[in-house]
Amino acid sequence: MEQKKYWKGLEELNDTKGHQEIVKNEFQEDLPFAEGESLLNATTPRRDFLKYLGFTTAAATIAASCEIPVKKAIPYVNKPEEITPGVPNYYASTYAIDGEYVPVVVKTREGRPIKIEGNTLSSVTGGSTTARVQGAVLSLYDTARLRYPTINGTETTWAELDKQVSAALNGLGGRPVVVLSSTILSPSTKKLIGEFLSKYPGSRHVTYDAVSYSGMLLANEAAYGKRALPSYHFENAKVVVSLAADFLGTWLSPAEFSKQYGATRKINAEKPEMSKHFHFESMMSLTGANADERYTHKPSETGAVALALYNALSGGTVSGIADKRLAEGIQKAAKALQANQGKALVVAGSNDVNVQLIVNAINNLVGANGTTIDWATTSNYRQGIDSDMAQLVNDLNAGSIGALLINGVNPVYDYFDGKKFVDGLKKAALTITFNDRKDETSELCKYAAPDHHFLESWNDAEGKTGYYSFTQPTIAPLFKTRAFQDSLLVWGGNSTSNWVDYLKGEWMTRLGGQEAWDKALQDGVIEPATAPALAGAAFAGDVAAATAKISSAKKGGKHELVLYEKVAIGNGKMANNPWLQEMPDPITRATWDNYACVSNKLAQQYGMELGDDYEINAGKKVLKIKANGKEIALPLLIVPGMHPDVIAIAVGYGRNKNAGKAAGEVGKNAYPLVSYNGQTFDYFAPDVTVEATGEKYDIGMTQTHNSYEGRPIIKETTLEEFIRHPKAVNEDREELAKYGKDFRADATLYPDYPYPGIKWGMSIDLNTCFGCGACTIACQAENNVSVVGKEEVIKAHEMHWIRIDRYFSGDVDNPEVVFQPMLCQHCDNAPCENVCPVAATMHSSEGINQMAYNRCIGTRYCANNCPYKVRRFNWRDWNGADSFENNLYDVSDMNDNLTRMVLNPDVVVRSRGVMEKCSFCVQRLQDAKLAAKKEGRPVKDGEAKTACQQACAADAIVFGNVNDKESRIARIRNEEQKERLYYVLEEIHTLPSVNYLAKIRNKDAAPKAAAGHHEEAHHG
Amino acid sequence: MTGPALKGVQERWPSGELLHQWIRNSAAVLATGNEYATNLYNEYNKQAMPAFPSFTDEDIDNILAYIAQESTKEQGGAQAGTGAAAGGAAQDSGDNSLLFGIITLVLAIVALILMQINSNLNKLAADKEGVATPEPVPFYRNKAYIALGIVVLFIVGGYFTINGAIGLGRQKGYMPEQPIHYSHKVHVGMNQINCLYCHAGAEKSKHAMIPSENICMNCHKAISEYTGPDLFTAEGKKINGTAEIQKLYDYVGWDPQQQQYTKPGRPIEWTRIHTLPDHVYFNHSQHVVAGKQQCQTCHGPIQDMDEVHQFAELSMGWCINCHRTTKVQFAENKYYSIFEKFHQEVKDGKIDSVTVEMVGGTECQKCHY
Repeated sequence: MEQKKYWKGLEELNDTKGHQEIVKNEFQEDLPFAEGESLLNATTPRRDFLKYLGFTTAAATIAASCEIPVKKAIPYVNKPEEITPGVPNYYASTYAIDGEYVPVVVKTREGRPIKIEGNTLSSVTGGSTTARVQGAVLSLYDTARLRYPTINGTETTWAELDKQVSAALNGLGGRPVVVLSSTILSPSTKKLIGEFLSKYPGSRHVTYDAVSYSGMLLANEAAYGKRALPSYHFENAKVVVSLAADFLGTWLSPAEFSKQYGATRKINAEKPEMSKHFHFESMMSLTGANADERYTHKPSETGAVALALYNALSGGTVSGIADKRLAEGIQKAAKALQANQGKALVVAGSNDVNVQLIVNAINNLVGANGTTIDWATTSNYRQGIDSDMAQLVNDLNAGSIGALLINGVNPVYDYFDGKKFVDGLKKAALTITFNDRKDETSELCKYAAPDHHFLESWNDAEGKTGYYSFTQPTIAPLFKTRAFQDSLLVWGGNSTSNWVDYLKGEWMTRLGGQEAWDKALQDGVIEPATAPALAGAAFAGDVAAATAKISSAKKGGKHELVLYEKVAIGNGKMANNPWLQEMPDPITRATWDNYACVSNKLAQQYGMELGDDYEINAGKKVLKIKANGKEIALPLLIVPGMHPDVIAIAVGYGRNKNAGKAAGEVGKNAYPLVSYNGQTFDYFAPDVTVEATGEKYDIGMTQTHNSYEGRPIIKETTLEEFIRHPKAVNEDREELAKYGKDFRADATLYPDYPYPGIKWGMSIDLNTCFGCGACTIACQAENNVSVVGKEEVIKAHEMHWIRIDRYFSGDVDNPEVVFQPMLCQHCDNAPCENVCPVAATMHSSEGINQMAYNRCIGTRYCANNCPYKVRRFNWRDWNGADSFENNLYDVSDMNDNLTRMVLNPDVVVRSRGVMEKCSFCVQRLQDAKLAAKKEGRPVKDGEAKTACQQACAADAIVFGNVNDKESRIARIRNEEQKERLYYVLEEIHTLPSVNYLAKIRNKDAAPKAAAGHHEEAHHG
Repeated sequence: MTGPALKGVQERWPSGELLHQWIRNSAAVLATGNEYATNLYNEYNKQAMPAFPSFTDEDIDNILAYIAQESTKEQGGAQAGTGAAAGGAAQDSGDNSLLFGIITLVLAIVALILMQINSNLNKLAADKEGVATPEPVPFYRNKAYIALGIVVLFIVGGYFTINGAIGLGRQKGYMPEQPIHYSHKVHVGMNQINCLYCHAGAEKSKHAMIPSENICMNCHKAISEYTGPDLFTAEGKKINGTAEIQKLYDYVGWDPQQQQYTKPGRPIEWTRIHTLPDHVYFNHSQHVVAGKQQCQTCHGPIQDMDEVHQFAELSMGWCINCHRTTKVQFAENKYYSIFEKFHQEVKDGKIDSVTVEMVGGTECQKCHY
């Protein structure tokens, strides 16, 4: 099969001069000498040089030869029975922030949580996680957390706070109390809030979601009479049509959906079946990038697209769509849906009630209710109704609200009219915040009664009806904080009870005893013994009315704006998390900023010439964008696959300076561009004006940092082709035969090493890697990978051990995307090992390419010789591991004594001047081996898991002992996936230990490259 | 010494039957007033040998046969050693090197004098022939000598610098003063408390764990005074054992009169003796459970230490040497069943055992990650 041309960015596609230069250079920066000055005519005379030499030698001697410090060994006075120093404990808990429901297991060492994994006992998520869940453990040690209760910003005691708050509550004079929170999944907490509010007549609990799903809730109410969200079952869908719902990245419950959707994308030659995924959107989302067929439209046309799809399904013709390709796409999607009645699912990301109503109607037509959409078990993931919030803000401004209790939301920052909210807030008699960290809203509240972090808390969560998950403390509260629920109990006059007893009491009654409660905490989840049967609901929506409203909607202007959440940062609540800030966005590969994503065409209109200085240089031209009467100036970033007239901006950035060192003043706040249509929030603007400013702004993009220089590293084919010729995708591997019968042994002069015991190996399925980045953060948490900050990312100094390369192919305006996780390939014939002058990197008898940091002298030959470009050099002292204190380079408080508690004590931190890279999580492998040795048995398959493998929601990564013929990895390589299996750059005989499985697209068209090839042949 | 060497034990004892009785229960033999036994007992500080009533005659015969066999083997080895000339030379190489050193020095001085004479004679010869020669420079300004001196200085200095640098951070023999004079000799040697009773982590964790104070109090609630032999510090200062137990009570807040805890406990800040650098991963349970090593292998005769000192060097070379020579439980531990190649080789008689090194125990990432 012809090799398609893959490109990471436009520079590479056009092979500009700047790109060629960057490919040639090992490191993407000039050496730190001033321009035009060479070493020969440098002004430093010989004597000075000798002085420096003498000084540094003396300084190094002094630093190194200080007396050996006297260390203390301090045992417990009374050792807790369950703690053995050096042995981790695991506690089941729940990540339930802003309605996201992910049951987790928390690993603690000597009483401090250091890693979060998914809870495999949960049938909802099946143990999958997201980047944010993985990163949540760092938020526990956030230096910006509130450490004590405050009154008007000054520290106070809980007793004093309680006294004043109780007095203030009593003095409200009948004005209502409002609890304002994000979606709360905890039934006990909700009950408690209800009890608290019942004492204050007219009081209410307002749920406000920063990124709202109230359009769906209201549409479901209109269509099915239930103001709820159903359970989605992507695993039952043969055809998925997504109308801009980023369900693999940010939409509702990505951990759950990735698992379900991933199950339908697993494929082998024996059973060559997979789901087909159509995606219609305005920007380039993670989910869109994974779709089989992707079409773009303007955000103002969302309703029209939904309507056209509905009409195509009911009447048979697509109408009202001007764009020919889009119309064809809708027709095709409709056909596929029709052909798969009862095995189809349509989801939409729009927050417009009418659009969602049409989507409900479509799902009703294609038989999704009861098959891929379950109304028997509804989900509670989002509960906020936008009009409730708008009403509250009006009431506040009218001065009719007595007390406002804010828990877990930050409307000053993320409400579209933040100023109005601030004005209202000032008019409330009593304002209390329970937020656990400094944010824009808590700064303006009179009383701050900080809540615990969820890892310090007791709680329960009901993600779906009947599906519960519990939260238990994994560490004693670090600060003088108190559970939100405890505060309510105290202020409600219920001083006899505390929250733990309250919660336990609730569950003891339901479960019927201590034993059942203990088991619930141990398992973390309680689920129905047998999953309730899927059920549909009778559709009773008024399609005609919705159609009329959509048709009369305002038409879009020349340029349109769409707001989106980034996979890592989300709605901005966890913005002060350096891991998440530095995680490259799956699509743009940019870190630490938000920006205006535009198409190539739009960029050229506003003066961004695609030339040598575009992707090579960090500086991007700044655009001034006006929408809904607001203005925002952001650098533009060309994203292939954007609709030509659309600008996309991520929310969640632009937090104020006090939000923390990592989040403070990074990017711009895009929430003010949201508008309220009287019913729901619109996360788009149909008419924006754009203006070039001539200024430039640096963006830290990892996009072009590691180039493969056009070498073939991705393999893909279409489903059709795969069914016809399963082996065709690996045709080129047959050429290896010319080196001898056994490529491994015959193509080299070196003797083949037999690997007598274990031989570790990894398999990565390109079909189920969606690029979400959970593995990157999991690896960072597990292996103490450093955060370097934006300035250093610009210099290509990022440290991630596993990166997810994103390649485009095909049409520049509507490209196909493929994600390839790239980590150390642990080559059995490793190019890096041969060139190390001090043997700091060498091979183990288990096939691991080992890196001995303390032996490394930093020549960087290995990185230069690595064809996979996975080695990372510590250009600076990120961790304070140097002897010299002032060498530390820390832009995000990662070296605060508090933050350092997140470090994994089984893995060292690396000092300046040494190379590092993926170790296959050797500490976990050693641990699994030791457990087996102690029990006197071989290591079982699946016992040793790498962090990336465990974090992956779609199980794209399989790891194990290749020598064990019964292991998953051996079966994948030798039986199940022989046709798709390939090694990257296999022909250079590096013998990687990581294999990939070729990507298969479920599209009808013949491969583009092959088509082009034929055309050429005709011309020739 | 707790007793005589076992070699030739059968020849020494008056009768084989008596020896059997002695091994099975030495106290019973002493009670009969046997002369040889009583002398032996008195000679070795009246240290009683534990009784093994479960031993059958056959067991004891096996033990004695083993002793006899090992004794002859050792002799054979020694004979072979003395037979080889190289072995002999190697044995007293210490004396020879001193001799060689002196000879080298004498020869160097002779060579120097001869060189001086040679140059003087050359000068005289040249003077005689009327050839002008430069004035001789004194040896301390002679460039050749200075260069030579610098090279020698560099080599000697370098040797000591590098040795010193290697020794940085190593503290073999380190014996700091501890907040409580806790004697392992009293607890382990005399009272036979198992190491794992206090250092329970050695079987479970990477840390052996310094016992928490509640472990101490398990016994010391009842034992409040010290009645054993006198204790001395390394400097010879006498220690009052009972006062040391009082210190423990003070730390944990125990009132021995009232027999209850009266104060909140404070942790004891022991001074850490055995420390590995941060970049080394060491796991006690690996060595104790999987490797079946005795504590004494690394910690030395801890049962005889009043004050603990660091017995081993704990350097990488020391670790590696042990990994090279120590055999794994290859046949016993089924973990190693996957090493089919080695099993085959053992079966074929190519190798007789498998060392830690052979299963990857000297690779970098076994300890450094």
